[in-house]
Amino acid sequence: MKADPKGVLTGSHFLDGDHSCSEGAIAAGCRFVAGYPITPSTEVVERIASRFPYVGGMFIQMEDEIASSIAIQGAVWGGKKAMTVTSGPGFSLMMEHIGLAAMTETPCVFVDVQRAGPSTGLPTQPAQGDMMQARWGSHGDYGIIALSPNSPQECFDLTIKAFNLSEQYRVPVMFMMDECVGHMTERVVIPPADQIEIVPRKFYEGPKADYLPYKTNGDLVPMMVKAGDGYNIHVTGLTHDERGYPSMTVPTQEKLIPRLVNKIKHNAPKIVEYVEDQVDGAEVVVVTFGITSRTSIPAIEQARKEGMKVGHLRLVVVWPFPEERIRELASRVRAFVVPELNLGQMVLEVERCVAGKARVELVGHPGGTVHNPKDIYNVIKKSAKG
Amino acid sequence: MAEELFEIEESVPVNTVESFLRMERMPHIWCPGCGIGTTVNCFAHALETSGLDLQKVSVVSGIGCTGRVAGYINLDSFHTTHGRAIPFATGLKLANPELKVIVYSGDGDLTAIGGNHFIHAARRNVDMTVILINNFTYGMTGGQVAPTTPLSATASTTPYGNYEQSFNLPYLAESCGAVYVARWTAFHVRHLTKAIKEALAKKGFSFVEVLAPCPTLYSRRNKIGDGLDQMIYYKDNSEIRNGADTKTIPLEFQGKIVVGKFVDKERPTYLDAMNEFYQQKLGEDYIPYKG
Amino acid sequence: MATTEQKKAPEQKKGIGSLVITVERCKGCGFCIEFCPTEALKFSEQYNAKGYHPPVLVSQELCNGCNICGLLCPDFAIYGFINRKKKQ
Repeated sequence: MKADPKGVLTGSHFLDGDHSCSEGAIAAGCRFVAGYPITPSTEVVERIASRFPYVGGMFIQMEDEIASSIAIQGAVWGGKKAMTVTSGPGFSLMMEHIGLAAMTETPCVFVDVQRAGPSTGLPTQPAQGDMMQARWGSHGDYGIIALSPNSPQECFDLTIKAFNLSEQYRVPVMFMMDECVGHMTERVVIPPADQIEIVPRKFYEGPKADYLPYKTNGDLVPMMVKAGDGYNIHVTGLTHDERGYPSMTVPTQEKLIPRLVNKIKHNAPKIVEYVEDQVDGAEVVVVTFGITSRTSIPAIEQARKEGMKVGHLRLVVVWPFPEERIRELASRVRAFVVPELNLGQMVLEVERCVAGKARVELVGHPGGTVHNPKDIYNVIKKSAKG
Repeated sequence: MAEELFEIEESVPVNTVESFLRMERMPHIWCPGCGIGTTVNCFAHALETSGLDLQKVSVVSGIGCTGRVAGYINLDSFHTTHGRAIPFATGLKLANPELKVIVYSGDGDLTAIGGNHFIHAARRNVDMTVILINNFTYGMTGGQVAPTTPLSATASTTPYGNYEQSFNLPYLAESCGAVYVARWTAFHVRHLTKAIKEALAKKGFSFVEVLAPCPTLYSRRNKIGDGLDQMIYYKDNSEIRNGADTKTIPLEFQGKIVVGKFVDKERPTYLDAMNEFYQQKLGEDYIPYKG
Repeated sequence: MATTEQKKAPEQKKGIGSLVITVERCKGCGFCIEFCPTEALKFSEQYNAKGYHPPVLVSQELCNGCNICGLLCPDFAIYGFINRKKKQ
């Protein structure tokens, strides 16, 4: 399915990442946004608020992030594509509802424009400290998808992808921006609507009597209906059977929860996305995501100039993590260097997959600013020497 | 002649309440003498005579004993997180304004953890009916003190009695802008049915508080008998005072209970206000939002 | 098993109303008995499977079919209706 041309501002624009994310959402068919102001994400909802009246959308500024993160889920069951937007403190408040969306298989998008934490931290300064929270933040086991854009252009493109993935797998998708990407202004090219691929919601269309809301047919993802369609659906955050009815038994738990995990795990090869640059034959691979991918480039180029064989693997989809690729590389490279604007989160995943077969070096930073490329260069140099 | 008129039919009519329930889920979880099931009867009868297209009716609950209502109602129903039924309902209603959205939940859920959402939905006048079952306690977790527990009443977390002032919910709802506010008890089944029917017919944020016995965790702990004793208490100590100033009707421990319809007024709903405002501001460029 | 079925109250002298009591759903709260406007109900001496005494009619002729019991019953175990003329 192609995008609705009504919402698509085809052309070349000079946009910051936040605004570009808003345009991506509109192009993706999102017509319900609930949010609460928080730096540095507020520009996303501000643009939504000014654009929605012209594209038939509903924006509501809720009383807090908790309300926002569940209002969007009401809207999804009412038939809309929906997202909410926040930053660290708000993201923390939303955790329970990420779990609800995972449990009830409600497709929706959570945008987190990361700032330095913990707590109120540095509200106007960048960080990447919410990466593990995006994966594990809600209690219990569930699968999740998270994306990490590194430019305003990607804020557009990947927001559409976030919506598409959420519909395809009926899962909440975390859109992990950061303050730098959110406030960075660059050229953003918005293609014509007929070149934007949209994954529509998979609605059940068979006989009403046969419908079981949480029955799957092989692909681990059940078909949806919406309120008002006459199915008398019941949706609950309690452990539920295929009818959607609470069934608080071990067998039901053993059937439902692994499916919620496996629908992402088993489809990971299809979901995973990364960009590689000179990884084949590299002795050192720098693993980056979001803004660190850009601060790493001068360091990588300098190292290459000096003759070091340095590859760059940039995560576009952060969760699920590209386990297979990292494992494969681990037996061939000397070291992985992982710069991130936190004191060690995604590096744990790299270490897990490398499993001792190569060195793994964190270039950590608690946030507030971006890395000095020199710091990354120094670690690359040290790692290349072995 | 009279004899013939009252001849018993061979086939008895079915209990209409059952068509509104997921009977395969019975028996329900509520204790003997709990009043929640009683309110569900009234709700079902109100729906039955409301003239609403039942396919377009959704029930949203939070967590707790009353939070289980959504699971028993045979309509589109959503059992959400603790305290968040109202913001979920807000999203549902605004996504599809054709839906009639009813929030059915308890006092702890809607006015403690969900208090913020309650006041804002009333302020915005989001078009929904909120049926709040007030049993003065958190039943499901074992009878802890709630924002509705009357002064001096005992709860598991106020073992020597409650010293916090409780909410006067009709006053709260009215202050925040609800367009319909009523209070009844589980004893007043006919009045309650009528009130719910009126609330359903009302455009905007309508609110019905229903006092209901929690024999297991409120009445027994407070030595005021069982469910039936509470119902008799409601019967003997309620005063119907329609139009009462909501300021004057707080609830006290085993005090007089003022019931009735207190507020019934008109105010633009959130959606109507938005559409009207944008039409004025943006003119023809604005296409009124219809979902 | 007969007790688990919905069954009509035993016919005594015909009244205006009738009742259906689903004995096994009853939890014995007594709301229907206490608030029946014609005092047509009393606790049965029998127990249901859960160990509660369900209501029984004192006398069929006392029931006016008002269904207050049906509205009050928290367990959807009883309801009343007004008898209509039998179809010829």
